[in-house]
Formats: sequence, C-alpha cells, structure tokens
Amino acid sequence: MASTVPPLASASIAPLQNDGLKANFKTGTSLQCTFLGKEFYKAKQSFTRTSMTVAVKVSRFNDITMAPPDPILGVSEAFKADTHELKLNLGVGAYRTEDLQPLVLNVVKKAENLMLERGENKEYLPIEGLAAFNKVTAELLFGADSAVIQQQRVATVQGLSGTGSLRLAAALIERYFPGSKVLISAPTWGNHKNIFNDARVPWSEYRYYDPKTVGLDFEGMISDIKAAPEGSFVLLHGCAHNPTGIDPTPEQWEIIADVIQEKNHIPFFDVAYQGFASGSLDKDASSVRLFAARGMELLVAQSYSKNLGLYAERIGAMNVVCSSSDAAVRVKSQLKRIARPMYSNPPIHGARIVANIVGNTELFNEWKEDMELMAGRIKSVRQKLYDGLKAKDNSGKDWSFVLKQIGMFSFTGLNKAQSDNMTNKWHVYMTKDGRISLAGLPSAKCDYLADAIIDSYHNVN
Amino acid sequence: MHGGKALLSPSSSADRRLSALVRHLEGSSSIVMGSKDSSIAASPTSARNSVFEHILQASEDPILGVTVAYNKDPSPVKLNLGVGAYRTEEGKPLVLNVVRRAEQMLVNDNSRVKEYLPIVGLADFNKLSAKLILGADSPAIQENRVTTVQCLSGTGSLRIGAEFLSRHYNQHIIYIPQPTWGNHPKVFALSGITVKFYRYYDPATRGLDFQGLLEDLGSAPSGAIVLLHACAHNPTGVDPTPQQWEQIRQLMRSKALLPFFDSAYQGFASGNLDSDAHSVRIFVADGGECLVAQSYAKNMGLYGERVGALSIVCRTPDVAGRVESQLKLVIRPMYSNPPLHGASIVARILKDSNMYQEWTVELKAMADRIISMRQKLFDALRNRGTPGDWSHIIKQIGMFTFTGLNRNQVSFMTEEYHIYMTSDGRISMAGLSSKTVPHLADAIHAAVTRLD
Repeated sequence: MASTVPPLASASIAPLQNDGLKANFKTGTSLQCTFLGKEFYKAKQSFTRTSMTVAVKVSRFNDITMAPPDPILGVSEAFKADTHELKLNLGVGAYRTEDLQPLVLNVVKKAENLMLERGENKEYLPIEGLAAFNKVTAELLFGADSAVIQQQRVATVQGLSGTGSLRLAAALIERYFPGSKVLISAPTWGNHKNIFNDARVPWSEYRYYDPKTVGLDFEGMISDIKAAPEGSFVLLHGCAHNPTGIDPTPEQWEIIADVIQEKNHIPFFDVAYQGFASGSLDKDASSVRLFAARGMELLVAQSYSKNLGLYAERIGAMNVVCSSSDAAVRVKSQLKRIARPMYSNPPIHGARIVANIVGNTELFNEWKEDMELMAGRIKSVRQKLYDGLKAKDNSGKDWSFVLKQIGMFSFTGLNKAQSDNMTNKWHVYMTKDGRISLAGLPSAKCDYLADAIIDSYHNVN
Repeated sequence: MHGGKALLSPSSSADRRLSALVRHLEGSSSIVMGSKDSSIAASPTSARNSVFEHILQASEDPILGVTVAYNKDPSPVKLNLGVGAYRTEEGKPLVLNVVRRAEQMLVNDNSRVKEYLPIVGLADFNKLSAKLILGADSPAIQENRVTTVQCLSGTGSLRIGAEFLSRHYNQHIIYIPQPTWGNHPKVFALSGITVKFYRYYDPATRGLDFQGLLEDLGSAPSGAIVLLHACAHNPTGVDPTPQQWEQIRQLMRSKALLPFFDSAYQGFASGNLDSDAHSVRIFVADGGECLVAQSYAKNMGLYGERVGALSIVCRTPDVAGRVESQLKLVIRPMYSNPPLHGASIVARILKDSNMYQEWTVELKAMADRIISMRQKLFDALRNRGTPGDWSHIIKQIGMFTFTGLNRNQVSFMTEEYHIYMTSDGRISMAGLSSKTVPHLADAIHAAVTRLD
C-alpha cells in the first residue's frame, strides 16, 4: 500500500492511507486536506477515464468502528484452535450425532429428491409465502382441529426461520402498538434484544432464572409480568427455554396465562423446538395450545431449524391468533406490507421441504421418529451426565436440574470463573453464562464432563 | 418512521391503540376521525374484542394485483404482461438446464449439510458474485477493498444496504429515478432515508431526460446517495448510453454523491454479462466507493430462491473489514443468516467453467428471445400503420417496455382485448410470444386510434 504523497497532477490511483487525512465535504467544490502535515487545496475534482487525478479523499465510511465479534462464534473458533485430544465443544447451537456429525434427516433428503423428480419451477412465492406450508405449519402448531384453525382466526405468514418471523412481529408491534413494551425473560436468547432494538421496540426483563435453585424464579416472573404496563407483549419460550433449558410446569403455565389475561397483556411465543424438546410435537406445543384454548389473542414465531434440521434453509412462520377471522385477514395484509420492503417474498426451498414432509403421511411419520431419536439422544446424555455427577460428587449437591431441564441447552449454574476453568483446565468449550449444549455431548464423554463440572463447581470461585 | 415522532404516553392500552389508529388514518387522509361518516367508532367493546381491531386492511400490491385480475379472466386470448418473470415462447416459466443440473448435483451430494451459513452467507458465492459484477480483474477486488454479503435477492440487498447507510452514513437522502421500481421508495423510507426523485423518463421522447437528470443530480446536496439502475431500467427499459454514463459518473464524483447500484438484470439485458456491468465498472475503476445490489432472480431464473448479494466497494481493505462487521449487525437481528439453497446453486455454476459457459448460452437465449419480441412487436405496429413513433420499443432494453400508453388506453386494452399490464403503460416483453404479438399489436392499434 502506497504511503507516499501522490502528486496533485495526474497519477494512477493508489490505495490511500486514512491516517492524517481530513476531508471536508460540506464545502462541495473545494476540498481541504491535511496530508502528512501538509495542507493541500484542490479547487475542483475532475476525472477523466484514462488518467485519474488524485482524489485525496477519505473513505466516507472512515468513522465506522469494527463491530464486536459474535460472542457465541468466538467459542467455536477457540475450540478449533485447541489441539487437546479430549476437547469438547458445548457451545454449538446445532444438533450433533453421537459421532459429533451434523445431521441431515433422511426424510429431508427424500423430500428434496421428490421435489427434484417433480421438476417444480422456481417462481416467486406470494409475499406471505407458500400457501401449503402456511397451512401445515399452523396446523402443526395449534392442532388441525383447534378452534383457531377451524374459525380461520390465525394469520400465518412464512418467515425467515425464527429470527425473521420474530422480526416481522416486532415491526408489526412498532407500527401498530407504538410505545408498547415487550417483556423478555432474564436471561433469554441473545438475539432477542437485538431484534427488538433494531425494530425500535422497547423491552424490559422479567425475572426467570434463579441461580440459587438452578431453576425457575416463578414468583419473580409472575411479579414482574404483573407489574408491567397493561397491554405489554410477553415473550415466552414455548418449550426448551434458551439458554436455561428450564420450562414452567403445566400448572405454572396456567398461572402465567391467568396473569397475562388479567393485565390484558399479549402473549408472544417463540417456538424454536417443537418436537425437538420432548420428542412429541403435541407435547411441546401444549403451552401455546393452552393459551389459544382460552380464546386469547397471541403471536407465535416458529422455526424448523432444529426439529427438521433445516438450519440454513431459513424456514419458519409468524402466526397471529386474532379474535376474529376478519382481524386475521387484516393483520396478514399488514405483515405482508412489512415483508415486501424487507425481502419481497420468502425462499421456496425450505418451505417446500416442510410442506412435502408434513403433507405425506409416510414422511410425516418418519419425521416424528427422527425427532424422537434426536430428543432421545439428548435425554440420554442428560441421564448419563446426571448419573455421572451423582456418582462422583459426594457433596450432596442436588444435580437433578440436569434431568429437569429440557432441550438442547442447559444452564449448569457455573459462574464465569468456573466456566473459564472448564475451558482452561478441561478443554470444555461453553458460553460464559454457564450454558452447555447437550447437542454437542457424545455419550462417551459424559463421565469426563461430569468430572469437569464437579471440579469447576467445588474448586473454583 | 424517520425518528422524530412524538412520544406517546397514553394511560391505557386502548388509548394507545386508538392513538395509533388516528395516526394511521391521518396518513391515509381520506377519513377524518370524529366525522359522522367515520366507520371507525371508538366503541367500548371494539377495543376489548381484539387488540388488532385498529389494524386496517392493506391494499393489494399494484403489480401483483395485475396477475390476480388476469387469473380471474376466463377469456382464451388473455395475455399477462404484468408478470416480471421470464416466460418461454410457450408462455411457461423456465428453470435453466444448468440450474437443474447444479441442483441435482447438490441434492445427490451426501457430504452436504444444512448447517447455518455465516451471517455474511456462503463465502464462495460472495467472492464469485463480486467477480461477476465487478470483473475478475477488478483492482478493487485484488486490493481487498470490497466487502460482499449474501442477501435475499435484490430487495434484501437493497434493504441491508439502506439500513447500513442509515446507521453509518452521514447523508440520509437518496435520489431515485422517476419512475422506478415500485418497491424502491419503501425500502429506503423504512430504513430511515429520505427519498427524493431525479428526472429520468421523458414521456415526450419515451427516452431519457438526460438534461433533467444532470440538473437534478447537479443540485443534490453533496454526499447524497443516488440509486442507479445498472442496466435495463425498471420500468422504462431506458438506459443511458456509455457516454452518458461517463458524464453521470463525472458529475457524481465531483459532488461526492454516493452511487448505489441496483443490478437485477446483468446478462439478461443485452445477453452479455460484461456489457451489462459496464456502468458499475466505470465507477469502480475511478477508485471511488459505491454500493451494488445484485440479484440472480432473472439472470439465473432463481426468483423464489431469493439469491442476491450486496457489495460495498470501499477505499481501503481496513474500511471494508469494518464495514463488513457492521453489516453483520444489521443482518443478524433481521434474519440471522441467509438461505443456503439458491446460493449453492449459483456458486456451483459460477465456479465450474463448463457450467458457467452453459449458463451464458442459456442467458443469451433468454435475452435474445426478448429482443426478438421487441422487434416483432415493432414490426407488427409498423405493418398496421399504427400512428406514432414506436421505435422506443426496440430502443428500450430488458424485460420491460414503457409503451407510452395512458391509463385510459390501458383500461381499454384490458377490457376489450384482455391484455393485463400495469396502468403506467409498462409491459413485460417476457410475457409475449410470436403467437401473441399480433393480438397485442391489434390491441395497441385499437387503443391508440380510438382513444387519446
């Protein structure tokens, strides 16, 4: 890179250093530049095609700072750099087999082959997405025979997986419920705050995780939801809370629904693990269905990243349950108005895969089996980890939270220093909040992990 | 939308919703709150019945509405010239052979996974896309001054670019051509950028109002953003000549105006990928900065897969690195990371020289068919002695032709001849075939001779 001062007269363009350059664009026709302490005045910029006079100009983007790296990605990068043979990556937010391989479900491959054979076209989808997908996704979530479906009270719009669906809803809230807050759990998935911030929707937290019990701070949760201004949106994880793995019990869900109704709040579910948490699609949707059955209006974001392993295809949906079919029609039209200037219409591939699988009994059953297998593997490593902790730890500490928690993630209760010990001493990579991903834990490593956790918990402060 | 809205602090959620409703109505200006004729009364029960009561039905997208109307028409001679997608001579959508082949290879490759792409998308795709638009030998690429991020086709690339500029660029004004693609103003307005227009289409000549363009860009504030259609202007089909592009470039650089290219038709317009990238490349060649939104919807026929890329050409690699890091912060809260399938198809084709060749042949065939439809329509009108100068049909380029027909003439053509097109007189040449050109020519002839 050239660092000498180029002459003012014609010269070939060399990449310019920004240090020491100040340019004043506001004057328009003249540029005042300080370059290596010398001042140059250029009366006019003129360029010819073949000989470019030097533009002693600073990048218009010069003041842009380097954004901080994604905290979770940093974990994987550090893991890759580690050469220790016993290293374990428990930062990964995607399912891994016992052999620690990513998994493309057979049923997905079958669907893709079917689609290829049919030779379908690649025309634009409507703004709201693939109709067949929208139909099956709502039925999957609420149950095909549910009142909300029968009465056509759900506005369903295909979205870009969970994130994209949440963003559509956030934009709807900003536009039609200005000033309304979204209440999010403490802690919650890291990107929730970013989504609401970018959509300019105010948010505040409700207590959720209790480090003393490594469980749910139910009283705190209820109290905070009650204290929020009437008509707030309450963001709830439908199942397999991320990052804690701690879900309310069915009885607790009822009380949460009571409080929300009392305060005229609007429930806003993030359902990223339906079928992936317990292995049963219906069981994992029970919280959403409980609310819908009460006749409440609610928002539900869905993702097929984990339960169908379609991570990179970005397939999900935003569902808005309204008290009338007329309202649902209107809401859907406004969701479309939000999507159009964002990406015009959603990608077809993932939507067709889902529609083909759910629409075909054989494939649908195979999918259910696949989900049971994935959820089963995670449950079995939880069991093995728990057994190991119980057997090796003599302190009497209650490790049962490992079994009570559900889904891909678990909050271990380890603090930052203890988590660092996990990494530095034991080469176990996890996030600093004490979260581990069971999806990245092979059965063969459960004992090792138990040792690491016990050591970190007892010997580090 | 651009900040600066008065903060509301209504006491109840019902009040809040009603306030939102009032603001919504004030925007549409046709109904006055409180008037006896207002159908939106603040009844106590309506607020309780649904929290969404105040949300009105949005009107149908005008361009998509054309197809809706077309579908309803039972006439056997109906013609859909609203569609912005390529059709074969048989009137069918087309999936390129090379695309099918690439897709076959991808689906049959058992080593492929569906793990999340990085936030910026598929690395190969990004590199190859930058090369495609900027040229493989582009110094900007060689000097590592370009950041390219995979986005959701053209729209997504524009939106990410707009959001980025709104946050990190000091001039929040964009000049867009009059007319332009209907979605452009919305994309920028929602990102918090003020939209202004520069003169572009001259109805008198059915060509470029070059003087007006120069005047309007010349009076733009220094540093303003300027949207440029790289080729095949949508909806007019009117492009500047290379000489005119050079003048535009000089003017823009002299005023430090920031170019933001929308490249949706590279290769699809002239049939030649390099020619269609000429406008972008002369700007990049002068060492200055610019943004380029690319779409593979038309030139690879990947419409529904939503494949595109945003490239930002910066002065230095250091700036490019920082810009990329900030683009990620825009993308992550919008959709986290982009879809894999379409980008994989593109990357597969672009990196394989045989497939790339095959693609250029199929691409040229599409462009040629459209060019031949232009010629056929022009000849048909000339043969009918249709009054007026119709040479703009063969002078304009790309998928669309701005016929110059007015609203009345367009309605007439729809009612009497079952021709479906947008009311601005735009027709999609891609929707024409040799068989249907005579019918369209008859319709135009009738419209022009019977109505003014």
